[in-house]
Amino acid sequence: MTIAQKILARASGRPHVAVGDVVEPAVDLAMSHENAALVINQFAGMFEGTSREPRVWDPERIAIVFDHRVPAESAKTATNQKRVREFVRQQGIAKFHDIRGDEGGICHQILAESGYDRPGAVIVGTDSHTTTHGAFGAFAFGIGATEMAAVWALGRVLNVEVPATIKVVVRGALPRGVEPKDVVLRLIGQIGAEGANYRVLEFHGDTIARLPMSGRLVLCNMAVEAGATSGIVPADEVTLHYLRAECGVTDPVEIAPPGGGAEYERVVEVDAGNLAPQVACPHTVDRVKPVTDVAGTRVDQIVIGSCTNGRLDDLETAATIVAGHHIARDVRMLVFPASWRIYREAMRRGYLETLTHAGAVVMNPGCGCCLGVHQGALGDGEVALSTTNRNFKGRMGNPKADVYLCSPAVAAASALTGVITDPRG
Amino acid sequence: MPTVVFVLGDDVSTDAIYPGRFMATVLPSETPQHAFADHTAFNAKLRAGEVPPGSVIVAGQNFGCGSSREQAASCLRGPDLTVVARGFARIFLQNAINLGLRTIICPEVEASEGDELEIEAGEVINRATGKRFEIVPLPAARQAIVDAGGLIPFVRQSLMPKPGASMRR
Ligand code: SF4
Repeated sequence: MTIAQKILARASGRPHVAVGDVVEPAVDLAMSHENAALVINQFAGMFEGTSREPRVWDPERIAIVFDHRVPAESAKTATNQKRVREFVRQQGIAKFHDIRGDEGGICHQILAESGYDRPGAVIVGTDSHTTTHGAFGAFAFGIGATEMAAVWALGRVLNVEVPATIKVVVRGALPRGVEPKDVVLRLIGQIGAEGANYRVLEFHGDTIARLPMSGRLVLCNMAVEAGATSGIVPADEVTLHYLRAECGVTDPVEIAPPGGGAEYERVVEVDAGNLAPQVACPHTVDRVKPVTDVAGTRVDQIVIGSCTNGRLDDLETAATIVAGHHIARDVRMLVFPASWRIYREAMRRGYLETLTHAGAVVMNPGCGCCLGVHQGALGDGEVALSTTNRNFKGRMGNPKADVYLCSPAVAAASALTGVITDPRG
Repeated sequence: MPTVVFVLGDDVSTDAIYPGRFMATVLPSETPQHAFADHTAFNAKLRAGEVPPGSVIVAGQNFGCGSSREQAASCLRGPDLTVVARGFARIFLQNAINLGLRTIICPEVEASEGDELEIEAGEVINRATGKRFEIVPLPAARQAIVDAGGLIPFVRQSLMPKPGASMRR
């Protein structure tokens, strides 16, 4: 069985599941962000007329993280957040991360760095980028708010069709100036925005084995941009070390031995050793070109951050490139670290100082301008170059603007010139 | 007979159906005003009540890709639209079923604005062109949720205390 099959079999109490089987796996972790407000509404609806008190199935297994609009941008959001806080208190939700400098950040980063993600777990989230958590060898996928309400009530996901798996083999050492983001952009360009629809992407190969957790998170985060239900990197010593050393996890962690006999629908290969930096062009994530093809394109706003590329190594890359320089006169550079923990460490190491000296604006951790609801909107006809994961029309708040996606290295190099620039010099 | 009111191509994202800037609006009763907000002509018609219930949106592959926001389904459910698409993105289709939005998977569908469609068991017939297109049925487990009227009533059934019966369906 594939990793997804093994996890779904275990979670549904079956010795074996086949592709296409419909199962109802028990949930290990259920995550929501501000949209918990809608989940609460639907959850209440499910109990209406049942003469039962609405109670979540297990408050220890629910995580709620405020990140999409923090601090609240409007009275409406603030009121929703207030409602969610009341619900959290009333139900005793254990894994709650409020708008705070000691524990806040983007939901996907918080789950990862808090040690909530575990190999072999079934993780659902009311956010499409829940695929991120497959980086820990978990089966993690996005669901809607009403679906989540059912999970809160029953502790399982209804009607999950066991998906087929595409094996992605990535080989070679990443050349200088080429990052995990380039690998996943290349892959999406290769297979298309629906190339993995209703499928799992399972990552293998020597490039993946050497990749630290931060890079694995990038790959799984963007798996959904190829339509994948889930992206999975098999758990190994790297996973275990991260959980122990970075997250302070002390309880037993099981790393399932790589079982043979998995049946893959197909195998896709990516040659990382000869890869150039990649850029996704407006307005779909699969319009991917080597940076050399779009170099020279004028840029108004550079964005470094998000659940894709707002981690410490991303900020380090950006700081190293802009150190001692000033960004181009006509460019705005917005940096939003993925969590406050990352923010503090970047501050301690001087990255934030370097970045602001160069002209960047460092914003508070959170989703920031990634989805166009909070800060950093674009003007009509403006162009953004961003390390986030989506460039759909209107994504950054203005349907009359263009968004290009790239790695932190491309973004930082381009900030210095004001045009899309190859970071390899 | 339902009329096609809007024809779209492939990869229509939830950002196009329900832009992120309206995400603070969550209640299904309030989301329809922002449906296709950036397609101003269609949005204006919807808001003016000029789109009759049961009208059809025809789309290509991967309709509803991108964000999991459920508003993208509830904003179309409110005015009681039907979406006939060549294919749907996974989360959107699930949300649509859960909320009772009528979704028809019709891999070959071809239609233009103003065409009348007959949606029958198994096929869509375009009355303007006379062409027939096969419908791919939903998996049985999903159809059960549609038949229950959506996920809320479906789950409610299993939460109802039934003496002697187990909690599970
Ligand atoms: S950073 Fe962007 S993609 Fe990630 S969770 Fe926030 S809005 Fe979604």
